[in-house]
Amino acid sequence: MSLAGLENSGGAAANTDRLGAWLWVAQRGSAGVLALCVLIHLATIQYASQGGLSAAEVLARTRGHAGLLAFYGLFTLAVAVHVPIGLRTVAAEWLHWRGRSIDVSILLLALALLAGGWRAAWALYR
Amino acid sequence: MDELDVTVWRGGAQGKLELFRVPRHEHQTVLDVVTHIQRHLDPTLAYRFACRVGMCGSCAMTVDGVARWTCRTRVDKVVRNNALELRPLANLPVIRDLACDMREFFDKWARARGQFVGTATRADDFARVRPDSNERRAADASLDCIGCGVCYASCDVVTARPDYLGPAALQRAWTLVNDLRDGDSANRLAAVAGDPGCHACHTHMSCTERCPKALAPTAAIAGLKRRVAGALLRGELA
Amino acid sequence: MGALPVSDAWRSRGHASSRVALAHRLSGLALALFLPLHFWALGTALDGGNALDATLAWTATPYVKAAEWGLVVMLALHLSLGLRVLALEFLPWHAGQRGLAVAAMAATTLCGLAYAITLIGLA
Repeated sequence: MSLAGLENSGGAAANTDRLGAWLWVAQRGSAGVLALCVLIHLATIQYASQGGLSAAEVLARTRGHAGLLAFYGLFTLAVAVHVPIGLRTVAAEWLHWRGRSIDVSILLLALALLAGGWRAAWALYR
Repeated sequence: MDELDVTVWRGGAQGKLELFRVPRHEHQTVLDVVTHIQRHLDPTLAYRFACRVGMCGSCAMTVDGVARWTCRTRVDKVVRNNALELRPLANLPVIRDLACDMREFFDKWARARGQFVGTATRADDFARVRPDSNERRAADASLDCIGCGVCYASCDVVTARPDYLGPAALQRAWTLVNDLRDGDSANRLAAVAGDPGCHACHTHMSCTERCPKALAPTAAIAGLKRRVAGALLRGELA
Repeated sequence: MGALPVSDAWRSRGHASSRVALAHRLSGLALALFLPLHFWALGTALDGGNALDATLAWTATPYVKAAEWGLVVMLALHLSLGLRVLALEFLPWHAGQRGLAVAAMAATTLCGLAYAITLIGLA
């Protein structure tokens, strides 16, 4: 088949929208971070839940603990990347919602999750 | 003698299911059933076949909701309550009855730049390609595709996003990306990196599950994802 | 388009990978819905330990405990199925793919059991 045929069939220049590719990288990257964070989190919650869960116990562990603050900070960041990208795919496939409006919406969601998570982490630290 | 209750899609995008009673035979294939209907019951039935022996992929259609080659599908294996339901391949426009329009399938093949682009001339020596190299093994694993459309018809992402290039086109692009003789890799990676390109695949693996040649488009697409991501991060993607 | 009725379009393609893909998506949606609530509940600690205790007391009812257990299962499910996707995309391909799905479900079940035991110990 000649190259002329290549240009004519199937359309013109390649789609140069690279957002999908970047989001895939971000999604898999945040997934890796989350895998670690979630494993630690599940184990921690399992351990902490034994014998009951009270504010005093939780705060005794988390207050002033800079390491935990950093952990939850990173956890939140990974969540704020991972969740909106996942929801964007679901919106595209199940709601057929694509384009600028969904991209803006998920960006706002990312910021909201970041704010909410960091606020919660701070609440446990201070 | 047993008779099968065979419901068949008649019409185009709009249409209905029609019931036929077909004599049941031992070792019968679904293609035998369709052929019987067209020859003895209703000559206006439209369907495709060619080789009848599992080499060409022309007879692909939807049997009880699953895309199959009818010449390689034994009735005994798929029949339930003595009944069968036949429809054209999913995810493609219907021309008439069991024949679908494959143009978009092949257009996407071209859009993914699924054609070999040579770089050598007759003055050059033969290309030396080691058969045990990683690239050649990757290409060989995906090479036997005959473009039957079963994977495309089985893909949930194609159903949800009709502009998705699809497993067959992407798998062909992968074989060429791994072909050391090919000169178009940069453009090809760019072609599959668009939205929605290879990254739209979520490894549902329906393509791999259904491929009549036991190929694994999922593996090929995973390879493309890695290759495109690598080029993207290195700033090499057009 | 093709002539499959809506029910067929929603039906899983009849194989394990398709079903776990749906489970992965639904568990992700459940977690996405839960997370804002989780952040909010923890944020009540900003008002002091008593406020957090009040929130925690609210979560002590059986319904909420059941929902918590459900969420832990959702998390374990989404994580193990997500690891499966990462394995499929990044590790060398081999024929044992079904094994990954089974392993993921097994890991989730273990996790769910462990947490259920913990919760029942508290009730």
